[in-house]
Amino acid sequence: MSRRWINRITFLFMGLTGLACATVILLVALILGHIAYHGVHHLSWEFLTTAPRAGMTEGGIFPAIFGTVFLVLLMTIAVVPLGVCTAVYLQEYAPAGSKLVHAVRLAIQNLAGVPAIVFGLFGLGFFIEFAGRSVDRLFYGGQLHFGQPAILWAALTMALLTLPTVVVATEEALRVVPRGHREAAYALGATRWQMVRYVLLPQATGGILTGTILAVSRGAGEVAPILFTGAAYYLPELPRRLNHQFMELGYHVYVMATQSPDVDATKPILYATVFVLLTLTFLLNFSAVVLRARIRRRLAEGR
Amino acid sequence: MSRRAAESAIEAVIRVSASLAIVGLVLIFVFIGKEALPVLLSQEVRQEAGLSRLFLPQSPEPSEPKEFAWQPISAIPKYSLLPLLTGTIKATVVALLFALPLALGAAVFSSEFAPSWLREIIKPSIELLAGIPSVVLGFFALMVMATYIQDLLGLDYRLNAINAGIALGLAVIPIVFTVAEDALTAVPQSYREGSIALGATPWQTAWRVVLPAAFPGIFAACVLGFGRAIGETMIVLMASGNAAVLSLSPTDPLRTLSATIAAELGEVVHGSPHYHVLFFIGTLLFLFTFATNLLGQAFVERLKQRLSGSRL
Repeated sequence: MSRRWINRITFLFMGLTGLACATVILLVALILGHIAYHGVHHLSWEFLTTAPRAGMTEGGIFPAIFGTVFLVLLMTIAVVPLGVCTAVYLQEYAPAGSKLVHAVRLAIQNLAGVPAIVFGLFGLGFFIEFAGRSVDRLFYGGQLHFGQPAILWAALTMALLTLPTVVVATEEALRVVPRGHREAAYALGATRWQMVRYVLLPQATGGILTGTILAVSRGAGEVAPILFTGAAYYLPELPRRLNHQFMELGYHVYVMATQSPDVDATKPILYATVFVLLTLTFLLNFSAVVLRARIRRRLAEGR
Repeated sequence: MSRRAAESAIEAVIRVSASLAIVGLVLIFVFIGKEALPVLLSQEVRQEAGLSRLFLPQSPEPSEPKEFAWQPISAIPKYSLLPLLTGTIKATVVALLFALPLALGAAVFSSEFAPSWLREIIKPSIELLAGIPSVVLGFFALMVMATYIQDLLGLDYRLNAINAGIALGLAVIPIVFTVAEDALTAVPQSYREGSIALGATPWQTAWRVVLPAAFPGIFAACVLGFGRAIGETMIVLMASGNAAVLSLSPTDPLRTLSATIAAELGEVVHGSPHYHVLFFIGTLLFLFTFATNLLGQAFVERLKQRLSGSRL
């Protein structure tokens, strides 16, 4: 091949891949820009702090924000201890080459690939129909309290979905703690748990926090798992007990976009709700990225 | 409690928590499979929605021609999965046709050609796409994209396979990009240096040296993207039109397996054949994504072995 042709092909190849890259970034900017442009108009303090009125055509989205926060809070309480313990086991407790470690890793990786809607089916089949009904039989004499869609079941379903996120982030944080720190703790006579509790976990706090934030961001955005496990379109009251149903931002967007009787009347509210949801997830993701970068820099300096 | 007893108690708690991930995965399979089993076993359910009803052409009246139809709440319920399977495959094919060239191209550009300051912009921007909740992508496809695509191509239906596929592709791009980019950057720098030293251009190096070396990882990226596209729900639920028609045309509306569960499980009678069929669909989705994940991970492992083995 002549030099000229090679130059042309090089130019073409780089141009095409660069074009692909630019297209993707342009698409992201287009979507975000469109939503920000149309969503920011309707945003007001009143919109964020009042309940919807007049069949969702007026008022705000406070109950949906409240429900989302309540949901991810419950989810966090369930998933963080579980995820951290799992990561600690994989990194510190498991004997080398253990079959259990291999199986847990495989389970975590596959859990991350299970479609969100399948988690929804599981939440209905296991938490509501099985666990909820059993609780009702044992403690309420068969009366219906927990054997129905509820924020507790939605949160637990979401916790299972976000477990891999927390485990992976915590494992990464534990892995970068220098070996010498562990050995020093043992040399001072620390037991394994004391070493984990006083040496590893304090150093891994940043990583655990990163994982938690990413899990919360994911949990706040997923809708498919809560479709049948507790989300409701409109509730006159805020959820006060674990077995109440709840309103949620993503679910609110879905129903308003697909089942609104008057699309034009709800459109400004819909855009503003999407904007709030996006801002929420992006702020979370952004803080996770910043936090992670800071940890990595500190580690690089420490070495 | 003695210190040793406390230690082993704590260790037991940690070990049990770790195994909960396995328990969770097994429980998902067991509890979805349990509700799907009547489709295979229960005489009553099989009469209305047995395997032959799900996969073979049926005629509701002997006089009428045989057909594939998903009409679970008509007077004579019809449960053919074929329209849903073709819908799922159609949406996935469009999504991959849209996403793979863009994501792989972007990954090659980012890892091979972009200077490092540009890479610092590209990677977070594309990862930003991964942070957009799928309901928001569905909303965008439904309210904005559908109109533009319809006007641009002059289509009959606003919501169709092209619209749903492109929206789905947006969700697939970040996964394919991330896995492929990881694979490309894992190729040792010495491969590139060797190739350049032999007089190859950057293009020849990327095409003939780096891409073949990273191939298992690239393939894994495609497989994982495929698995994501098959299982994704909210986007197709909102952007596809949800009509269970048996058609191969990309301009017709479609209904996927995942969207069918999402749309119908809320109103279904507990324990009815319809209920069990929806769980059967869930089991299919679970098994299918499980298989694609294992395949994808196997190829990522192979890449690791290949690159670490060749370094010796």
